[in-house]
Amino acid sequence: MNGFLGTGFPLLSLMLLVPLVAAVACLVVPREQARNVALVATLIDFVLGVILWANYDIGGAQWQFTESAAIFAGFSWKLGIDGIALLLIALTVFLMPVCIGASWTSIDKRQGEYYAAFLLMETLMIGVFAAQDLFLFYIMFEAGLIPMYLIIGVWGGAERIYASYKFFLYTLLGSVLMLIAMFWMVNEAGTTDIPTLMAYNFPVQAQTWLWLAFFASFAVKMPMWPVHTWLPDAHVQAPTGGSVILAGVLLKMGGYGFIRFSLPMFPEASAQFAPLVFFMSMAAVVITSLIALVQTDMKKLIAYSSVAHMAIVTVGLFAFNQQGLEGSMLIMLSHGLVAGALFLSVGVIYDRLHTREISRYGGLSINMPYYAVFFLLFTMASIGLPGTSGFVGEFLSLMGIYQISSWVALICTTGIILGAAYMLYLYRRVAYGEQKNADAAAMPDLDKREWAMMVPLAAVVLWMGVYPESFIAPMRKDIAALDARLAQAKPKGDAQPTAGKPMAAHESGHASEHNAAPEGAH
Amino acid sequence: MDFARSLALTAPEILISVSGLVLLLVAAWGGDKASRLISIGSVAVLTACAFLTAPTLWGQMMGPDVSAFGGQHRADAFAAFAKLLIYASAGVTLIVAQSFFDKAKAMRAEFPLLILFASLGMGMMVSAGDLLALYIGLELNSLASYVMASSLRTDERSAESGLKYFVLGSLASGILLFGMSLTYGFTGTTSFAGINAALSGGLSTGATFGVIFMLAGLAFKISAAPFHMWTPDVYEGAPTPVTTFFATASKVSALGLLMRVSFEAFGSQPHAWQQVVIFASLLSIVIGALGAIGQNNIKRLMAYSSINNVGFILIGLATATKAGASAMLVYIAIYVAMSVAGFVAVLLLRDENGNQVEAISDLAGLSKTRPWIALAMALVMFSLAGIPPLFGFWGKFVVFQAAVQADMIVLAAIGIAASVIGAFYYLKVVKVMYFDEPADVVKGAGETSHTVLLVLATLAISPLGYLGTKCLGTLADYAAAALFPVG
Repeated sequence: MNGFLGTGFPLLSLMLLVPLVAAVACLVVPREQARNVALVATLIDFVLGVILWANYDIGGAQWQFTESAAIFAGFSWKLGIDGIALLLIALTVFLMPVCIGASWTSIDKRQGEYYAAFLLMETLMIGVFAAQDLFLFYIMFEAGLIPMYLIIGVWGGAERIYASYKFFLYTLLGSVLMLIAMFWMVNEAGTTDIPTLMAYNFPVQAQTWLWLAFFASFAVKMPMWPVHTWLPDAHVQAPTGGSVILAGVLLKMGGYGFIRFSLPMFPEASAQFAPLVFFMSMAAVVITSLIALVQTDMKKLIAYSSVAHMAIVTVGLFAFNQQGLEGSMLIMLSHGLVAGALFLSVGVIYDRLHTREISRYGGLSINMPYYAVFFLLFTMASIGLPGTSGFVGEFLSLMGIYQISSWVALICTTGIILGAAYMLYLYRRVAYGEQKNADAAAMPDLDKREWAMMVPLAAVVLWMGVYPESFIAPMRKDIAALDARLAQAKPKGDAQPTAGKPMAAHESGHASEHNAAPEGAH
Repeated sequence: MDFARSLALTAPEILISVSGLVLLLVAAWGGDKASRLISIGSVAVLTACAFLTAPTLWGQMMGPDVSAFGGQHRADAFAAFAKLLIYASAGVTLIVAQSFFDKAKAMRAEFPLLILFASLGMGMMVSAGDLLALYIGLELNSLASYVMASSLRTDERSAESGLKYFVLGSLASGILLFGMSLTYGFTGTTSFAGINAALSGGLSTGATFGVIFMLAGLAFKISAAPFHMWTPDVYEGAPTPVTTFFATASKVSALGLLMRVSFEAFGSQPHAWQQVVIFASLLSIVIGALGAIGQNNIKRLMAYSSINNVGFILIGLATATKAGASAMLVYIAIYVAMSVAGFVAVLLLRDENGNQVEAISDLAGLSKTRPWIALAMALVMFSLAGIPPLFGFWGKFVVFQAAVQADMIVLAAIGIAASVIGAFYYLKVVKVMYFDEPADVVKGAGETSHTVLLVLATLAISPLGYLGTKCLGTLADYAAAALFPVG
């Protein structure tokens, strides 16, 4: 299965270990060396990620690269991935070198601690996606708060302290109830093994409470309206690298939580609460898109657009069908790349002018043409232009939800129109028009480092837009398995499309209908 | 059970008493100059006692085989678990106290002896099988503690702290005695086993009052709300090594005693005290968390933190199950490590004149001037807040797991939600150390012994601690089993 590595090679543990060791190294090496250590470590992890994908057997066993060691009391060190986890791990290891690159020159104080916090984040994020033990997952999931708190609080902007508190306490409050729910589940099912729990049928009555406890955590992490308010603060105040990783990977933990826990473990409760999720998502799409429209701060605008995109992820997930689930996964991947790239684009000009005010820029396409091209590509990808990664996911997701509720689909689709409005408006004000600010007009175009970050992002955005099969293939079987698991609780769609009955085939069609439904309308 | 067997079972206590008396003679003739020698001797005695005690825990000793003097003293696995923690805490206190008092030029030969006798009393508390043995142990510990709290005689706050501790501690002892006499009156016996048997038929009103008064008196000793008021003042005023001793050894012994009384004496009537414990537990969590928010003294903050943590420990007691008892012991052990790390880090903070820095605002920017101390302190804070992957999370984990297993989901949910309030002030300390501009107050260098202790304690509460969960969990299970001889 695992190719030349052999079956027993603990590749996932190695991927967790490399950044962890590098994080400790960053604290002890001279501060000028820390970024080199970080870059090397993240690139090694990226190569390991490529090896992981190359050796992943598409269509093979559901859980691959499994390893297990019972070294703790109460839970075990149990790792393994399916296609869904593989893609999110790939996203993480792909974005991390970019984050390090984004911080290369802009972080000028306490570099050692900064890169250590980032590398620790990487370990924990991979750990979240690879954990196969419920409590190991929880530990990785919660531990991410500490480095992120420090990243926002130490290296953030003016309001960083308020933002860091809000981020920490909000997400902590969301998560602690999930822990109690986990205790109950483990007590009931007698195992902490996630694959076993995914197939365990919890009593429907209990599912309601368990679902709510998990929802409290994932809704905050996602974030869903109205518990999204920590996100704009955290994003705006975080340094560029922090924003990229926050938007790129951390927000995906919420979606991953839904797809790994809420849906397969509590299918009935998920169906029961689907209207709530739809309501919150519809509200999010409309409200946060409108809020984004009036922002004067670039990062805040992109932060609100993230909330709107994540809302489309949640409706797709709770559509209970393959299109919706695959679409949501693709939006998560695409949003990870695109929002990351957009924050990077903001970071590029922020490094030059040290302001995020949109009105301080203007006409950048004249003095920064290459930058303007990349920024345009990512803007279009965020809108969901066909040919870019954003389109595929949104299309599938909305198609999925249309089968369940045409009203939800209708309202969520306005998000695409509004998205086009705020993103194009942003782009017009930043890149087009007159060069009204002399300092903005004097900014140099992309340097080599920035090229090196932009090109891979742009390439993958286009790849995912033109040939999404590369990204759908690894998860197809896992999504199908999830869809089968959800079949028992699947809600009925509101529209009841019936196939047309061509006149010529009337007789045979009639006969077969008769056979299939003997107690039909006759 | 012959007399010799009883003496053998109480060997650690006898060793401490005899060597304490011998060291007292050394102090009488050697004077304060001999204090270092006496400290070293005391640490040696405690180490020897730990070696005497350890086999009891490993051997899972329990029941009549290990009960001495007609059931007055129980040298079982539970007592051994608590005693090991007590001896370790006392040893740490002796090590940090020496250099602390040397610097303050206040080292006196009695101090190590007081620690020794306090440890002796604590050992008797956790081994008590009878109300009288309980009370003798408690008073031996308390009287030594009152003196220790005021041992920095030139410092007004120290004297104040000693006096407050004495007055309120005596009041608590009085309440406890009143409860004990009621219990004796209604059950006709002072032995725990006898009380348990007498109460198994049902609780009369008078006996209920006895139970409640005893719990109230013990709640004072463990500084659980609503009997927590003395804690911040005493913790702040007492010399920091003594505060370390109160936060670790005193807590272990008082909690151990509370567990013994609850499970062994009142074990047949858990419903009589479960509600009281739940009330005290939730109140402690909330008061500990809210009270700490406004504090600007790191020792006062640690005091409120100890109230908060006692609340979590009491959740384990509220379950009244063996799993709950085991979870409490795990939590207590982790709490001892966190307190040691926290207070030793505080001891390392000195300004340029060598005075202790205690104001939280003076810690500003510590991560720039003293990155390693700041890192250790931040780990302690996150650990106390129970954020994984630090080891403090494991304590909360086992306690809440026990609560859920005992079907007390609402208690667990409220308790864990209230823990988020506590996270706020722990974050505040991290914020001051990491986000604020340096106040540049902390200048002095620390002693090697302190640094070594800090490194050891910090490693214990770091994620590496999880590697010890199996061992710790097994030992706590052995110890808890001794409290539940039937089940």
